[in-house]
Formats: sequence, structure tokens, C-alpha cells
Amino acid sequence: MIKLTNLSKNYGDFCAVDAINLEVPRGELFGFLGPNGAGKTTTLRMIAGILRPTGGTVAIGGVDVAADPVRAKMKLGFIPDRPFIYEKLTGAEFLRFVAGLYDQEGPQVEHRARELLALFDLEEWRDELVESYSHGMRQKLIISSAFVHRPEVIVVDEPMVGLDPKAARILKDLFREYTHRGHTIMMSTHTLEVAESLCQRIGIIQGGRIRALGTMKELQATAMGGGADLEDIFLKLTGENAARALVDVLDA
Amino acid sequence: MSEHLIREGDGSMAGVAARAPGEAAAWRPDPSLMHLLWPKLLTARARGAGERRGRGARLALLTLFGVLFWAFIFGFLWRLLNYFRSAQEIGPLLAGKLLGLMLVGFFSILLLSNVITSLSGFFLAKDLDLLVAGPVDWLNLYLAKLLETIVNSSWMVALMAIPMFAAYGFVYDGGYWFPLFVAAVFLPVIIIPGVVGSALTLVLVNVFPARRTRDILSVIAVLTAGGIVLLFRVVRPERFARPEGFRSLVDFVAVLRGPTSPYLPSEWAQSAIMSWLQYRVDYLPVYMLWTTAAVLVVFGALLHRGLYLKGFSKAQESSARWARAGVIQRLSHALLRPLGILRRELVLKELRIFFRDTTQWSQLILLAVLVVVYVFNIKFLPLRGEGITFFLLNVVPFLNLALSGFVLSSIAARFIFPSVSLEGRTLWLLRSSPMAMSDLLWSKFWVGTLPLLILAVAIVGITDWLLAVNAFMFGVSVLTIVFMTFAIAGLALGFGTLFPQFETENAAQIPTSFGGLLFMMSSIAVIGLVVTLEARPVYIYLRAQAFGEPLEPLTMSLGFGAALILCGIATVVPIRIAQKRLNAIER
Repeated sequence: MIKLTNLSKNYGDFCAVDAINLEVPRGELFGFLGPNGAGKTTTLRMIAGILRPTGGTVAIGGVDVAADPVRAKMKLGFIPDRPFIYEKLTGAEFLRFVAGLYDQEGPQVEHRARELLALFDLEEWRDELVESYSHGMRQKLIISSAFVHRPEVIVVDEPMVGLDPKAARILKDLFREYTHRGHTIMMSTHTLEVAESLCQRIGIIQGGRIRALGTMKELQATAMGGGADLEDIFLKLTGENAARALVDVLDA
Repeated sequence: MSEHLIREGDGSMAGVAARAPGEAAAWRPDPSLMHLLWPKLLTARARGAGERRGRGARLALLTLFGVLFWAFIFGFLWRLLNYFRSAQEIGPLLAGKLLGLMLVGFFSILLLSNVITSLSGFFLAKDLDLLVAGPVDWLNLYLAKLLETIVNSSWMVALMAIPMFAAYGFVYDGGYWFPLFVAAVFLPVIIIPGVVGSALTLVLVNVFPARRTRDILSVIAVLTAGGIVLLFRVVRPERFARPEGFRSLVDFVAVLRGPTSPYLPSEWAQSAIMSWLQYRVDYLPVYMLWTTAAVLVVFGALLHRGLYLKGFSKAQESSARWARAGVIQRLSHALLRPLGILRRELVLKELRIFFRDTTQWSQLILLAVLVVVYVFNIKFLPLRGEGITFFLLNVVPFLNLALSGFVLSSIAARFIFPSVSLEGRTLWLLRSSPMAMSDLLWSKFWVGTLPLLILAVAIVGITDWLLAVNAFMFGVSVLTIVFMTFAIAGLALGFGTLFPQFETENAAQIPTSFGGLLFMMSSIAVIGLVVTLEARPVYIYLRAQAFGEPLEPLTMSLGFGAALILCGIATVVPIRIAQKRLNAIER
């Protein structure tokens, strides 16, 4: 469903993503992990068609994003890490606007919008301007907007940031149910428990390259010889264990 | 961070700051004024060093336009002042009056600009959370923000003043010390509206209900616009264009000799500068300027100490407002149905955002005032009586096109130019959706152009009616302004996309950017070219009317046709370029 072929992105001399090859099939919830600055957001934004790759291709449902962006993006919903939305629209108007971008309107869209707002406890806020929403409420609204047009693929950058425990739980269930229905989700997260419990496969990226890829069991076997949790695997693969001793930092 | 000795309880917002164990109780960190200004200087330096590609060309272009603009102002004033100088008795009086008028204009613009800029600088800026939460002395915060406000709102006026003062200096042999003297006089003229503007904003933010901070801008805009109109009505500049309106020459000279508005600092600056140029230097106005500025800074600081924290706290509270689908929304929804779902939603989004953002629509009030003043001035043009020829009477409506075009460019700079910049933070949504960027640009074009078109036809139609022009000139001017409006809107959208200000904190500041300057210059160039291209056909027509000479259909068609093609190119090409640019933007 998502196919990355030799995908690269350079910012001047700096190589943020270095010839990544990856396939996420239909019905899979794929977790994309990595330390800060590893290239996760850049990769996801290239998939969403917001950033242009320096090299390689992105295909969504077999459609090349660069060659036929409109057809590829019709299949896509994107949830960014920072919830910037139109402050002067109400929640309901925003969802209607997003559906309109995908050429959708009518009772079905209204019904979906109502259901999504109710699911995330935003029903009472539907006619209030977004400028009065909290950070978490904006995040919930953006998540709702990615589902309102029923895309085949959802690309999510850090979905749990700012969500209360109830919304986080709802989102996890929603993601699980959505992939069970044959849709595809690619998600980056720093919450390793979420990745461990939700994702069928996990990719760990560092320095713009995929360091490890596979199911939880495969990663355990590769990194630790079995038995370890995702945090240990992550720290081992990304070298975060080599962090400076806390005593040194606090005594400085 | 520098540390200074400050007594406890001096009004610092931070209260008792954290201290290292064993540190004397009287000591606490106090970031100096320079320390607070340092990030701004570093930002300016980084901005100057960044975007190396094409920087040289940009700088060269800006310098070229700047020099041309300066040369135009200097040349115009130089000729006018030399003409005044030839009139022995009233020449210096006229030059002084002209200087006074220009300084009152500067003072009014500065006041308005400072009121708007101080709202974002003192209450909405991103660095305020850090500064207000930090152990920063209230006075240093006030001075840092005041300085920032004054620089942001005054640099353009200061640049415009240079050729103006230079012309006075050269014509009246001001001497080597004249620039220094002018700087000493002009600096308080910049400081005073800065302090008054920021104090006005501070009081308004405190007086009006919380949750309405941004809405206050509309009130500020109306009050300031009213103030500006009042200032100009007090000055009554049209009197000087019609000396025959005075009972005698003595009356006319008496009005010229008398102060226009004795309590305005701009009047003190004018008398100081004219006294220098007439070799009878009067230092009293300079003392008055500096003491007034100093006293105002002290009062402004005290007001800041008393009211700032309360106002800042109010500014943090969001405005909770509801918007349910009303009759107007349902009607516009139905009216826009033929556009299709995507374009209709884009247009509706533009309209909703515009009318719900007080900082945007409040500017309409200001523009309405400016248009009324413009039409009012046309009405009082001395176009009746002796010496007013048929040509003059008909050339005025034609030249009126250029002035209307300039007014429309200013409006487009306010409303259409910033529209792409304002999408900055939400561009992720549009870029990740299956929408073509041309749909976004054309929806912005039509949403911006239609009101502009109504305004353009209204201005030209009403002024033509007031001037009682004939049907041909009426047709030419209305059609020209329609096509010119399309061109201005296309240029505004094009330059707004080519030079976006995605990270700006205040939409009102976007038109004053480099791109805004380029847009205004290009727009004025297109207006000038259109008027020049149509000048010949209009002249042929007027000649035929006045002297019965034959019309030249081919020459006339060529002139009007070329103007039409120019407008077409200026409309479509910038939008095409903008489309490519928007597709290449990575955010």
C-alpha cells in the first residue's frame, strides 16, 4: 500500500533520509521509531507529498506521489505532529472543509463528522472556534479530520502528544479497528509501549537509514537474542545507552 | 546573563528570583536592556546572512528601486522648493507650511503604526512568555519592547524622510551640520508617537473585556483613523491651494505665518528646521521635543508598571465564540454551489476566516475613511472658474485613474498580498490533500478581487460623476480601472506567494516586508504604464472634441489594446509563477 524506493532527502549538505526502501502492505499498522532528528518526520512528510524527495519515489496504492499527486493523495490522510489549523473556523466547519478538499460532502460526511466529534468528546465544541480549543482538543480534531474522508492510508506523526489517557485509548482502538478493515496506517511515535502493543511491524530509523525492521519477535532476535522489551532494543540499536552519566550532568 | 544590584521590592515582575545557596539576599539576576535586545539583533543578523541564493540580486533590486524612489521624492521637492524660494515674501512660509503638512502626515502614520505594532510587540509576541516568566526588570522589558515597536513601525517613515530633508537642506543651503540637526529634531518625532501609541494600546487592552484582545484592534484602528482625519481637517490643506478664497493677501499670509497646530510635536519640528534653514536658529522647539519625549517615556513606563501585567494576563485568555450556520452562511453556501465542492469550500473558508478575524476586517474601516477623504478631496478640487480649460477638466479624471490605482494597490497590499503567508501554518493540510495549488490561488484571487472591483468601480464612478465627465471618458476610466484591478490583484497574489512571511506574528506587518515593497513598486509601474499607454488615445479623443480634428481609430485601438494586454499579462503571469512557487514550497 505504501512503497518507498531509495527514498532520500538532503537539506543542503545534510542527508536527513538516506535511500530508504520500505513496503507497508494493506491492512498493516506500521510503527516508525527513531531518536530525535533521525528522519522520521521528513520521511512521513515526503509520503504525504509535503516535502519533495531529493531522490527515489513514494507510491501510495501503486500511484507515484510525484507523478500523479492528486490521485495518490486521494487515498491518503495525514496527521502532523503539530496541530496547526485554521483558528477562525469551528470544529464542524473544519471537518467539512477537509472533506471538501477530497471532493466529499453531504449527509454521509455530516454523519461521519458528528460521530468522530462525539467519539473524541468534542461534540459540545463543534460550533466553537478552534482558537478556543486546547492543544489536546486540536490534536483530536486533526485526528478526526484524517478519518472524515475515509482514506485508504493514514500517515501519522506522533499521534499521542497532548492526548488525555481516554483519548489515547480511543485512538489506539480506532487505529486497530481501522487496520482490521483493510486500511493501512504508518505511524511514528516516541511512546514505545504504544508501538509495541499496536504495531504489526516496526522500523527503527537513525541517521536517515533504517537500522532494523520487522515484527517485535524479529527485532528481539536481531538485537538482543530474544526476551528484551522494545525500549531495550531501541536503546541498543540507536546507541542511546551511551548517554552521559546523570551524576556527571547534575554535578556539573 | 549579567547581574546587577537591585533592591528587593522595586516592582520587578519576577518577584524574588531563585538564588544559589549562600548568595546575598540583595542580589538577584537582572537581564540588562542590551541583553533583552540581543536576540533581536542576532535574528536580524541571521536573517541577513540567510537565503544566500539570490541575495545579491535582491539587494541590488531593492537598492535600485530605493534610489529611484528617493530620487523621485528629492527631485520633486527640489523643484517645488526652488519655485517657492523664488517668491520672496511668502516662499519660506509656503515651504514651512509644506514641511509642517508632511511632518503631520508622518506623525499620524507613526501613531497608527505604533498602536498596531505595539499590540503584537507587547501582548502577542512569542518571546513574551519567556520574558514575563523570567526575572526581567519591568523597566528593561518596557524599554526593550518600546524600542522594538518604534523600530518596526518607524523605519519606513524614516527612510522616506531622508530625501525630503535632503531637498530642504540643498535648496536652503542647510550646511554640513543640517543632517545632524535634523536627526536631533526628527528622533523625538519618532519616539513620541511610539510612546503614545503603546500607552494607548496598553490602556485599551486593560479597559476592554478580556477575551477580546485582538478585537480591540478594530477599536484602535477606528480611533486612530478618526484622529488622522481630524488632524487633516484641523490643518485644512485645501485652503492653501485656493488663495482667492481668502479675503485678502494679508489674510492668506497671516494663515501661512500662524502655526497650523501649535500643540503637535510635528509643528515644533517644522519650526525648528525652518529656523535653521533661515539662519535664525531657535532651540526652544528642540528642547520642547526632547523634554516632551523624555516626560512621555517616564509616564509611559509608569503606566506600563501599573497596567502591563493585568493587560498581559487578559491577552492570554482566548476568545470563546460560537459560530452556528446562520441564514447568511446557508445563502452563501447555496450561491457558491455552482463552483463545485472543493472551490466552494475554499471560498467559504476564506470568507469565514476574513470576517471572523478582527485584525483583518477592522482595516476595512480605515480604508473606508481613506476612500471618503479621497472622494472628498476630488469634490473640492478647484476645477471651476477662470483658467480651467476643457483639457484640464478632462485630464483630471484620467489622472484620477493613476491615483485610484495607487489606492487599490494599497488595499491589495493589505488584503490580497498576505493571503498566502497566512496559510503558512496550515499549509501541511493543503499540501497533503489532493488539491491543485491553482485552485487555492484562484479562490484567493476571486475572494480578494471582487470586493476590490466593487470599490474600484465605486471610487472611479463617483469621482467621475463629481467631475461631470462625458460618456467616453467615463467608459474609458471605468473599463481601465476594472482591468487594472485584475492586474493589481494578480500582482499582489503573485508577489505574496513569491515572498511569503509564513512565520509572522501579525498579519498587519506582512505588507511592510521586502516582497510587499516590490509588489507596491511593480503595481505602481504597471499603473504608470497603463496610464501612459492610454494617454495618446485619450489625447486624440480630447483634441477631436475640442478642436474638431479627426479621430485616429488605429492609434487609439493600439493604445487601448496594449493597455489591455499589459493588464492581462500582469494578472495571469504572476499567478502562474506563484503556482510553481507554491508547488515547490516545502513546509
